[in-house]
Amino acid sequence: MVKVTVDGIPVEVAAGSSALQACEAAGKEIPRFCYHERLSVAGNCRMCMVEVSGGRKPVASCGFPINEGMQIFTDTEVVRRARRAVMEFLLINHPLDCPICDQGGECDLQDQAFGYGADHTRYHENKRAVTDKYLGPLVKTVMTRCIQCTRCIRFSTEIAGVPELGGISRGENLEITNYVEKALTSELSGNLIDICPVGALTSQPYAFTARSWELKRTDSIDVCDAVGTNIVMQARGAAVLRIVPRINDEVNEEWLADKGRFVVDGFRRRRLDRPWVRVDGRLQPASWQDAFATIATRLKDVPGQRIGAIAGDMCDAESMMALKDLMETLGSPNIDCRQDGAKYDTSRRDFYTFNTGIAGIEDADALLIVGSIPRQEAPVLNARIRKRYLAAGRGGFPIGMIGAPNADPTYAVDVLGQGPDALAALADGTHPFADVLAGAKKPMIIVGHGALTRPDGQAIARACWDLAAKVGAISPDWHGFNVLHTAASRVAGLDLGFLPGPQGRDVAGMLDGGVDVLWLLGADEFPTDRIGPETFVVYQGHHGDAGAARADVILPGTLYAEKPGTYTNTEGRVQEAFRAVMPPGDAREDWRILRAFSEVAGRKLPYDTLEALRARMVQASPVFGHAAWSRHGTSDTTAPDAGTVPVSDAPLRPVISDYYLTHAVCRASPTMETCSGIYVHPAIEAAE
Amino acid sequence: MLQDKDRIFTNLYGQNDWKLAGARARGDWDNTGAILARGRDAIINEMKASGLRGRGGAGFPTGVKWSFMPKKNDGRPHYLVINGDESEPGTCKDREILRHDPHKLVESALIASFAMGAHTAYIYIRGEFYNEARHLQHAIDEAYEAGLIGKNACGSGWDFDFYIHRGAGAYICGEETALLESLEGKKGQPRMKPPFPAAMGLYGCPTTVNNVESIAVSATILRRGAAWFAGLGRPNNAGTKLMAISGHVNTPCVFEEELGVPMKDIIEKHGGGVRGGWDNLLAVIPGGCSVPMLPRDVCENVLMDYDSLRAEGSGLGTGCMIVMDKSTDIIAAIARFSKFFKHESCGQCTPCREGTGWMMRIMDRMVQGRAEIEEIDMLEQVTRQVEGHTICALGDAAAWPIQGLIRRFRPVMEERIHAYKAAHGGSRTVQVPAGMNEAAE
Repeated sequence: MVKVTVDGIPVEVAAGSSALQACEAAGKEIPRFCYHERLSVAGNCRMCMVEVSGGRKPVASCGFPINEGMQIFTDTEVVRRARRAVMEFLLINHPLDCPICDQGGECDLQDQAFGYGADHTRYHENKRAVTDKYLGPLVKTVMTRCIQCTRCIRFSTEIAGVPELGGISRGENLEITNYVEKALTSELSGNLIDICPVGALTSQPYAFTARSWELKRTDSIDVCDAVGTNIVMQARGAAVLRIVPRINDEVNEEWLADKGRFVVDGFRRRRLDRPWVRVDGRLQPASWQDAFATIATRLKDVPGQRIGAIAGDMCDAESMMALKDLMETLGSPNIDCRQDGAKYDTSRRDFYTFNTGIAGIEDADALLIVGSIPRQEAPVLNARIRKRYLAAGRGGFPIGMIGAPNADPTYAVDVLGQGPDALAALADGTHPFADVLAGAKKPMIIVGHGALTRPDGQAIARACWDLAAKVGAISPDWHGFNVLHTAASRVAGLDLGFLPGPQGRDVAGMLDGGVDVLWLLGADEFPTDRIGPETFVVYQGHHGDAGAARADVILPGTLYAEKPGTYTNTEGRVQEAFRAVMPPGDAREDWRILRAFSEVAGRKLPYDTLEALRARMVQASPVFGHAAWSRHGTSDTTAPDAGTVPVSDAPLRPVISDYYLTHAVCRASPTMETCSGIYVHPAIEAAE
Repeated sequence: MLQDKDRIFTNLYGQNDWKLAGARARGDWDNTGAILARGRDAIINEMKASGLRGRGGAGFPTGVKWSFMPKKNDGRPHYLVINGDESEPGTCKDREILRHDPHKLVESALIASFAMGAHTAYIYIRGEFYNEARHLQHAIDEAYEAGLIGKNACGSGWDFDFYIHRGAGAYICGEETALLESLEGKKGQPRMKPPFPAAMGLYGCPTTVNNVESIAVSATILRRGAAWFAGLGRPNNAGTKLMAISGHVNTPCVFEEELGVPMKDIIEKHGGGVRGGWDNLLAVIPGGCSVPMLPRDVCENVLMDYDSLRAEGSGLGTGCMIVMDKSTDIIAAIARFSKFFKHESCGQCTPCREGTGWMMRIMDRMVQGRAEIEEIDMLEQVTRQVEGHTICALGDAAAWPIQGLIRRFRPVMEERIHAYKAAHGGSRTVQVPAGMNEAAE
């Protein structure tokens, strides 16, 4: 620790800190444009100038190293003059089109101009105009507003790992560009909008939609992947207008994947806003009473063994709990939350969670990825892997991959093989990467659903566990066995035991006439065409997608933005989301629908309030009782069950074929549709 | 005035053979091994004692700079980088070394590298210096062949490699950290300091960046002794320096001269006098275009060295003076500099990126007189807003000539404005709000 004084206030900060960090430690706010905590220091905006003892000139505090006994002055005449000078320079070529700028109200330049700007201009020459650039369908550019802080360049190069932005020309003519007219190939490109301090990079789909001060902010959790990104839903009236990330250093830092951000325009399209009942082969609008009565009538005389339920990938824990309890009272053991047919040993929680933790990746020193493409399955988590990769320096964080990536993973990987045979080669030490893992102090292995959804998924997971145990990845203070989920509801479903009971059927077993009545809770991601023709399907969900198309009764449920809910991310971290807006039309909160139906069916569920339901969840799994998640190790290296199917040599396949269209909400989103066309199916674009 | 026996660059005009044989005849490569045998500390101490100050413009003591290099090697290689990106307007002294005395540079580079523990030296040569780079490459090849550099250079046991890198025409790449960026293959934009190159320079390794001339004179200094060099010039402004005169003199030239000689004598002796006589002199810019100009009355008595010129509010810079007689439109001359700096600003940091363009535009109007009197003060303020607020010194360099103009020739500027108003009806072409100057304070 180093002692410095800031405006006479003594503070202690870590050695190697910058003057700006010392000022913040002393509670002094330093204006800045180019400096960003999570990016490298550029020092080019010159707004953060302070005076230091012994210096002739003011210095840029963001890049100025402190030393013992240094005195920093943040509010002297010299400093104020310097900042006013910089502000004037920034504004002379800035268009000052705040009234038509989407950044208005949340613009760093606007805010700081209040403190350091003059009330008139002294610049009477012509202003600079800069050609707008095409960065794809998500990021809108108004480059004349750009103040050349280069945050976007540093973000795309360092965090996103796609060095596609840069500055061309010199001096006044410096322009930020990707040079070719090509969409940014990043799943994190939306974050450019957040880090741009001015209105140069704004959201294309949100353009001219609302002002920031009109929006009501509600904390929520992203359910487009299993990372559990902390988000803020920003709504005006009945509509969520945009989603932005919320800082959580343990999970997403301050990033949000593009799907989680831009899916928002799917919230109000293709919605199920009233109950429907199929009469003579056609879906007819119905009242809640009619819909419930129809289901209750159909359920009469059906034995519990012939009833099934499937929970989808975006469900909150509450609704799964209620559905599980309902099925139990109906006497059905046929429940499953694994639409993709993944297999886990659920006897212990660390067999199916990301035990190292997302923040824990930064402590790892070797990584093996089996059957997963984190860049598409969890872009924010992938950014953390890249962060570790960059911090470790060349060769400092060796990464092996089994199953070739279908896109640049944004870090150097050693592709060890296509199939599980590579895993065997690691286990018996014949592959050189085995030595890398064995030599690492904190190795980690990520098993993805490219492996777990195969028939031999459990055997592969077992092989990975055995390898982890062998290389010392499982110890009382380090747990290097990780399952990377793709479904936001999955871990909560497994925790609650939303799995087939004794002699119960799994998803595959319920298809092809395996059950007579099938209750789908937001489940669309399985082959609905394989549901037996005689099976009576109840679809409870929010979007008219595959499941609703096959349904005999549709019960309109709610999106994650419209209900308070509990979600457990891939780490096993339990997080709570709040209601941002009310559901449309007759749609109701999912657990309330189930509770109401249970009464109609004569099997009343024993909870009337959310609190009572949550108490029931704690009863089912104590993890819902205490919210704090902490990193853990284990001394118990007992391996998970290897299942019954032996490992085959078939190559591992990616589990996501189109990142932008993985669930019902994004399939309803025009923005996601456009992205899919541009990024995943560029041939279609070219043909047009 | 410098005597012939004290001249370092004895082939400045290319009158003799520049190749190895000619260089040897002039005394280069004479028992270089013995100089190296004195050891690192002795060489650096000798350089410190000589009082040599950096010849690139800033005038930082060269021996002290060398001593900043870590004494112990922490596993990272050390580098010597020679700045041959001579792009300063009016300056062409290093070019003469590169094309007519390349062996002096190669030999001195070996000694300097040895003194700072570097096995590798790079020289970054201005891209336009094509023939100069060829000459130097020839000299390097000759030296390798003769075993003077390469493995076991001069039989000293020290391995030394010397590489040429040619620039691509950006003035900013002459700034030492921008030069390093460019050398690494990146865009030539200056780095923040600290860390200084001696701690973290080329490829993150300890690096010293020196001007061509600073390096090239070191072999001779070590051969003839620090006392000899320190005995030339004035205290704290020791030795000889390559200078140049361009502009309105009868015989523009590059020459070697002792520091501390009166500017007037230099102009009379080397430049053959001002065109039309001394009384026809308007002003002199003493060292490249980045330092403020001096009017005739100052030029009358000022000495050409670092401290004397600094005392007059200017600087020695590169020592290459631009002489302007009374036919010069002094405002247009400085406006041309502003255009140059606007063109060469790298665009990285705000004050320089925005300020150089602003200054250029006001200067362009000042040339015509299409401005307000108050705008002279505003222009002065803009230069103050740029100065000292930028990452590198280009912002300062852009500001100083204008400050010099306003300080010395403000009446000319005002007269121009009045003349324009008289010719064009005197209407205010620019709205300048009342109280503008106070607001800027």
